[in-house]
Amino acid sequence: MVDHAATEPAVSCERLRKAYGSVIAVADVTLTVHRGECFGLLGPNGAGKTTTIEILEGLLTPDSGAVEVLGLRWGHHEAALRQRLGIQLQETQLADKLTVEETLRLFRSFYTRGRTVDDLLQMVELVNKRTSRVGKLSGGQKQRLSLACALAGDPDLLFLDEPTTGLDPHSRRQLWGLLDQFRARGRTIVMTTHHMEEAEFLCDRVAIVDHGRIIAVGTPKELIARLGEPRVITHHGTLEDVFMALTGRHLRDE
Amino acid sequence: MSDRASSPIVQLTLARFREFIREPEAVFWTFVFPIVVSLALAMAFPSRADRDVLVGLQPGAAADSLRATLTRGGGITVREVRPEDQRHALREGVVNVVVIPTDPPTYRFDPAREESRFARAVVDDVLKRAAGRQDPWTAREEPQEVAGSRYIDWFVPGLIGMGLMSNSMWGIGFGIVQARMRKLLKRMIASPMRKREYLLAQLIARLAFLPAEVLVPLLFAVIAFGMPVNGSVGAIVATTLVGTLSFGAIGLLLATRARTIEAISGLMNLVMLPMWILSGVFFSSANFPDAVQPIIHALPLTAQIDALRAIILDGATLADVRSELAVLGVWGVVPFFAALHLFSWK
Repeated sequence: MVDHAATEPAVSCERLRKAYGSVIAVADVTLTVHRGECFGLLGPNGAGKTTTIEILEGLLTPDSGAVEVLGLRWGHHEAALRQRLGIQLQETQLADKLTVEETLRLFRSFYTRGRTVDDLLQMVELVNKRTSRVGKLSGGQKQRLSLACALAGDPDLLFLDEPTTGLDPHSRRQLWGLLDQFRARGRTIVMTTHHMEEAEFLCDRVAIVDHGRIIAVGTPKELIARLGEPRVITHHGTLEDVFMALTGRHLRDE
Repeated sequence: MSDRASSPIVQLTLARFREFIREPEAVFWTFVFPIVVSLALAMAFPSRADRDVLVGLQPGAAADSLRATLTRGGGITVREVRPEDQRHALREGVVNVVVIPTDPPTYRFDPAREESRFARAVVDDVLKRAAGRQDPWTAREEPQEVAGSRYIDWFVPGLIGMGLMSNSMWGIGFGIVQARMRKLLKRMIASPMRKREYLLAQLIARLAFLPAEVLVPLLFAVIAFGMPVNGSVGAIVATTLVGTLSFGAIGLLLATRARTIEAISGLMNLVMLPMWILSGVFFSSANFPDAVQPIIHALPLTAQIDALRAIILDGATLADVRSELAVLGVWGVVPFFAALHLFSWK
């Protein structure tokens, strides 16, 4: 199992397409995420990042195309697959009236194996908020709790949809630290973001998504290097420059 | 490295239960509402014997002697009503009959109203007797003024049934639509949670409120109105348990697709309002034509209320109310599986 696990990709999908009526959310997405890497889908709002990640998460069915996650397929191995994934959605509001501990106990109960509630609380630094109602938490604390729910089953693969959107810089840094620790244990992360810094800080490889297509894939360094000399005369190149060069538009359009 | 995690169904049930009891308004309406309604109705509908017959008297030459005659024997309250006020007074029940002092007197009343016909008969009897009518005989009377036959006794089981329906359906419907609006349902199915366990937990959590929802109004009616409970408490609990699950399942079904509180409220009213009227909560469903009786008896609220009245007032056993339980059972099982099949988690 270990050998097998080491060789197959964490996620692979081919020619994904998903349309809502006349709106094409995902036009053509093919990508491979390796074991142990942090892979980012970077693009502006409406680029098709969320639709793509939700297809990978098995929450949406593509109109066409194939998906394999941890060597398994949605529709065939759903129950087994869900046990091994951690998922954080973009806009989930957990139940306000439950406490932090009750929420974690609930999510933990769905997994046949996983971390203890105490472990999870420590990991996301919410030990002293154990008995607080979810509704009373700050934005950053809520986001950390949401991450802890995703980590309850000690997943092999973690999906995160814009995990730090709306957080203040301090909370964002704190969350990055937690994700770094997760990756340091050899686990895989697939995340969407429209923050260049976030992608540069966390991601081993980045796919730039625009209009439902992947227009470039590589390590942040590779992508920046591809810009060529003229663009980096005045300052260090960033993924923002890459995006500008590829699409002629700014990424930071929120 | 993992602690022995408790079962998902227990955790889901606990979560739903906690969310509800931490909503003070919801708790208030569940437990206080039935008591307020019973009190209000007990005041509005005292048993008939306690009530005076309300007679209006149009001012005129012979009015004073008529008034003296009517009030002499007791049990009649006379109010002076001028001609222009009579229509209003009769409509609003300020008086049930108006006596106009002509010779012989004229009765103005509404034959469509039972209390109006009754008041006319009482007035007619008193006036004729005072005018010298001789009765051929006087019947021996055996008044059956026993607890259990009053309106309030009949009404309380209906109120309990109605409360169960409202609480189960609103509680489950609102909870689910709120979770859907917050994208919490989507988050739940992104985990390995089993969908049927989530829906089942919503129903089971309702059962925790059952003792209070049923026993509080029941106990209140026993203490405050002396309502008799002729059947067993076990049978009452068993039928209301089946009823709560059925109403909950209907609530689940209504909430399968609703995305807003407005949408679920509309659906709930659409389903509940006809049952409030048809199922005999406030007045007997026997008043409806025979043609619609089969439909009325197929309604879950009718089954719930009929079973409760049979047990509480007539001392029926569970075996006696098995057909009502069967109706409730069907209303529990079919909507639950329909909901599981149709449910939108996004």
